[in-house]
Order: sequence, then structure tokens, then C-alpha cells
Amino acid sequence: MMTAIPTLAVKNAKKPARVTGHGKLAAAYLAPGMLGFLIFIVVPLVASLVISLFDWPLFGTPKFVGLENYTRMLTGDPVFWTVLGNTLFFAVCYTVLNLVLALAVSTWLHNLGSWGPFFRVLFFVPVVTPMVANALVWRLMLTDDGVVNSFLANFGIHGPSWLSNSQLAMGSLIAMSLWQGIGYNIIVLGAGLNGISPNLLEAARIDGAGGWQRFFRVVLPMLSPSLFFCTVMTIIGSFKVFTQPYLLTLGGPGESTNTIVLYLYRNGFSFDKLGYASALAWALFVIVMLITAVQFSQQKRLVNYDN
Amino acid sequence: MTTETMAKGATPNTGALKHQPPARRRKKRPGTYISRVAIILAGLVFFFPFLWMVATSLKPTSEVFSTGSNFLASRVEWSNYVTAWTAIPFAQVIANSFLVSIAGAALTTVVSLLSAYAFARLQFRHRDKLFLVFLGTLVLPQEVLVIPLYIMMNKLDLVNSLPALIVPFAFGAFGAFLIRQFLLSLPVEFEEAARIDGAGSIRILWSVILPLVRAPLAVVAVFSFIDYWSSFLWPLIVINDVSQATIPLGLSMFSGERGTDWGPLMAAATVAVIPSLLVVILLQRQLVKGVSMGGFGGR
Repeated sequence: MMTAIPTLAVKNAKKPARVTGHGKLAAAYLAPGMLGFLIFIVVPLVASLVISLFDWPLFGTPKFVGLENYTRMLTGDPVFWTVLGNTLFFAVCYTVLNLVLALAVSTWLHNLGSWGPFFRVLFFVPVVTPMVANALVWRLMLTDDGVVNSFLANFGIHGPSWLSNSQLAMGSLIAMSLWQGIGYNIIVLGAGLNGISPNLLEAARIDGAGGWQRFFRVVLPMLSPSLFFCTVMTIIGSFKVFTQPYLLTLGGPGESTNTIVLYLYRNGFSFDKLGYASALAWALFVIVMLITAVQFSQQKRLVNYDN
Repeated sequence: MTTETMAKGATPNTGALKHQPPARRRKKRPGTYISRVAIILAGLVFFFPFLWMVATSLKPTSEVFSTGSNFLASRVEWSNYVTAWTAIPFAQVIANSFLVSIAGAALTTVVSLLSAYAFARLQFRHRDKLFLVFLGTLVLPQEVLVIPLYIMMNKLDLVNSLPALIVPFAFGAFGAFLIRQFLLSLPVEFEEAARIDGAGSIRILWSVILPLVRAPLAVVAVFSFIDYWSSFLWPLIVINDVSQATIPLGLSMFSGERGTDWGPLMAAATVAVIPSLLVVILLQRQLVKGVSMGGFGGR
């Protein structure tokens, strides 16, 4: 399925001149990587499904409960639906805003000539700096008497409680996350824009296409592989949101910014319900895989690969 | 071997084909100046949180809020850095971060190279199927795995140890994928020639392949370093003793203890940000290439 992502295009390995197999040699080279893959990825993935069928405390004996964790999650725990709704809301807003802004900024930077690369790297900085440091300075800036509200006060505006007002807290998280993450897509889309031949745009111009027309009819289709890649990665990333609510709002006020991974973490390591936390983990896994599968099934229709 | 060659081989449609804009557009229109002023303003606003972090780290705690939106307080309070340094075993935490990130990056890079070589150059049954399954985990959220991994670390008595921070996350598919793609773009003739000259497989990997794949190895090393350096959820789960903490966890513990002591807290945050900033400045080409290959998947 990964052949689909242009920047993740899987090439087929050529057969070497000697077609005889290298079974033992290959096993030796693959041993560390595949053992690690088995022990730290495959086994935990299966184990988390098994654990989700148990009432599993951190210390003490696990008790098999069948599908009870799942029935509780789906029918007996309103918080699950709240955190699912919050995470979906975050994912949709974050992904749409991220892609639109990243597309606008990368197009802008593309036309800035020699200044472009510098600013591209500047926008990339928060992607690399530790999320905890990023989140803490935003918490400082967004507190009631923080710099954002003192700035607004210069214009006579009494700023709201960005992090403790349930109407605004999620918006603040989205804004912080956009700042943190947008540089990633700016780079990917910038690379995509660099790959579009200017002759093509010149031809469109000579044929009488205006600026917007060239953007929507030439640039956007040519960019669709990069956009597809960004969409897949950004959606997956947005479902994993944890550090921002953990440090900025503690999931509050109430449950208004609680997310799947934060709720998973709390169930596992604050409420001592590792079984239930694993059921949540599998819910997350299934949702992310379903969304990714849907995207891949639609890509032929949406993505233009005749470069 | 430069990163350009690598991009040509590995990602023909991203960045390698850098077209010059047509000459006509080189002429500066008045719009260009407006655009440049606007991007400088946008860049400043964007960078503001870091400037504010540093400014606050130099303010006396009593003036953090009273100075409003001014950058400077009545005096420069360097002692915040001393407070941060002594409040948590900060030197230890920084040393942990470097140790974990360097060991993690080294382990990831070596393991990835070995797997990549096998997947790109050796013939064995089900090779391509195995590779696709392995590659599929690029889109698997690590968060799904933390509960069983924690139980595993607990059983192995590795909770609160640095190996627990390093080993479990060194086996992702990104590194092997990136190096394999690059290897496939290299001609096999060098290796064939070395083989005819009687070199063994390890010798070929060491003397022929290794010098050729330095560029993608650097990308993998840089990306895994940053991943380990910034990782938060897993350290939060598996470490509860500050002497074993990495910088993000140390920061979070520090803020939990003295959540309103913003001067020292921002001093610690500044220290945490500086290495990443250096990485961005010094290694931007590797970063750009790596991002185009799916590094930091979904962050």
C-alpha cells in the first residue's frame, strides 16, 4: 500500500547478477532489526489486544473479563465519547488549518526567491525543539495576565482566559499545535513546489491562464502527491495529540480538552486500569488504520501521478 | 557523496529538481518589497515564543507578569539559570538526554543499515512481503504500544533505567526504508567488483557500501537523535526518578513542582531548546531531505 505515497514510493529491488539466494546471510543481517521489530512492535501490538481483555492492575493479578472493557468503553463511559469527539474535532481543525496555511506559506516562500529557504527553516524550528519546552512557553504566554493579554490590553481589549475557558481552550491547543507542527508541511510542500517545472507554468501563462487559474489548474494538481502525503501524516499525528493538553490544560476545563491519548495515559498510569487503557489504545489503532485505509483507497481519484 | 546525489536517487520528485524561476520573474516588482517586509514581520511573530522564553528566563520572578509585554525587566536576572540548574539535577538530566539520544541514534542507525542492506541487496524468500509488513508500521502510532511495553519493562526490572528509554524505540521502519531506497539507486557494480576481487560480505558492507551511504545515514542519525531528544510520553511513563529523566521529562517535573516560578522554568526551557536549535542551523539540509522522506512521521 505504501507505493502510493510519492515520497515514500517503494522501489523494487533489482535482482543481483547471481540469482542464488542469500538466506543465511540475509538472516544474519536482518536478525537485529527483525528481532527488535518483533519484540518491540509486533508483540506489543498483539499483547495490547490481549491485555484489553483483562482487568489488569499495575501490581496484582490480572483477571480475564472478555469484552467487558470494550462494552464499558462504548456504552458505559461517556468520557470516552467526549475524548473521541474532542480528538476528532482537534484532528479535523488542525489538519485543515495546517494544510491550508502550509500551502499558502510555502507558495509565498517559493516566490520569495533567495529568502525562501531561510524562512522555511525558521518555520521548521518548533518541529524540532522539544514539545515540552514549546508547550510551557505557550502556557506562560496564554495565562490570564500573560503577554498575549497584556498586548491586547494596549488596545483596550480585556483578553479572555485562553486556557481555562471551555469555549477557547481547544482553540488555544489548536493554535499552539499549528505553530509547533506547520513547519513540517511547509518543507514537504516546498519541496513539491520546487519539483514543478516553471516551463509548465510559463506555458499556462502564454495560453492565457491567470494567476489563480494557474494555481488551481496547474500547481495544485502537480502538488497533489505531496498534499496527499502531508494529509496522511498530519491526520495520524493529530490523533496522537498528548503533550499539548497534558501541559497546557490538563485536559480541562472539565473534559473539554481531554484527548484519546491523554485519557489512555491517565487510565493506565493514574487510574491503574491497564486493561481499559489497552482497549482505548486499540480504539485509537483501529481509527487511525481505518482513516489511513480510506485515504489510500481514495488516492487514485484525488492524486495526480502523471508527472 | 552529497545530499544532492542522495535526493536524486531516493526522491526524484522532491527538491532535487530545483528549477530556476524564469528570468522574467527575477525583476523586482514593488510587490516583492511588500512581500519581504511582510515575511520578516511574520517570521518575527512566529519566532516570538522563543524570544519570550529567553526574555522571561532573564526576569526576576516578581516581574514576570508586571512587565506586561515588555521584553526587559528592571534588571537582568541570571540567577534563574542557577536556580534551574540546582533545583533539579539538571546537569544529570542533560547528560541523560545526550546519552539516550546518542546511544538511541547510534543503535537505530546501525540496525537500520543492516536491515536496509539485506532488503536492498540480498535475495531471500518473501523479501518484498516482509518489507511491506515492516514498512506498514510507519503509520502505526507508537502510543498504541506503550502499555504492553511498560509491562514488559516492569517484568524485566528496567523501569527507571536509561536502556528502557533507548532500546524499545530503535526498531522503527523509517531508517531502514530511507537507506534501502538510497541503496537501490546505487549501481551494484562496485559491490560486484569487490566480490570478484574476493571481498566477503562484511568487507563489502564496511569498505564499499558504508562510504557511499554516509548521507542517508546522517539523515537517519539526525532524525532519531531529535526523536529521542524530544520524546515525552514514553519517558513520562517509564521514568519516575528525576535522576534518570531526560530534558523534556525533567522540565515537566520541574514545572509540576514549581509551576508558577516562570523565571527558572523558562531558563530550563531555554537550555532544552538550544541543542535543537543548533541541530536545525547546522544540519538543515539533512533535515529537509529527511522530512521529504517521511521522517518524524505524523508529528
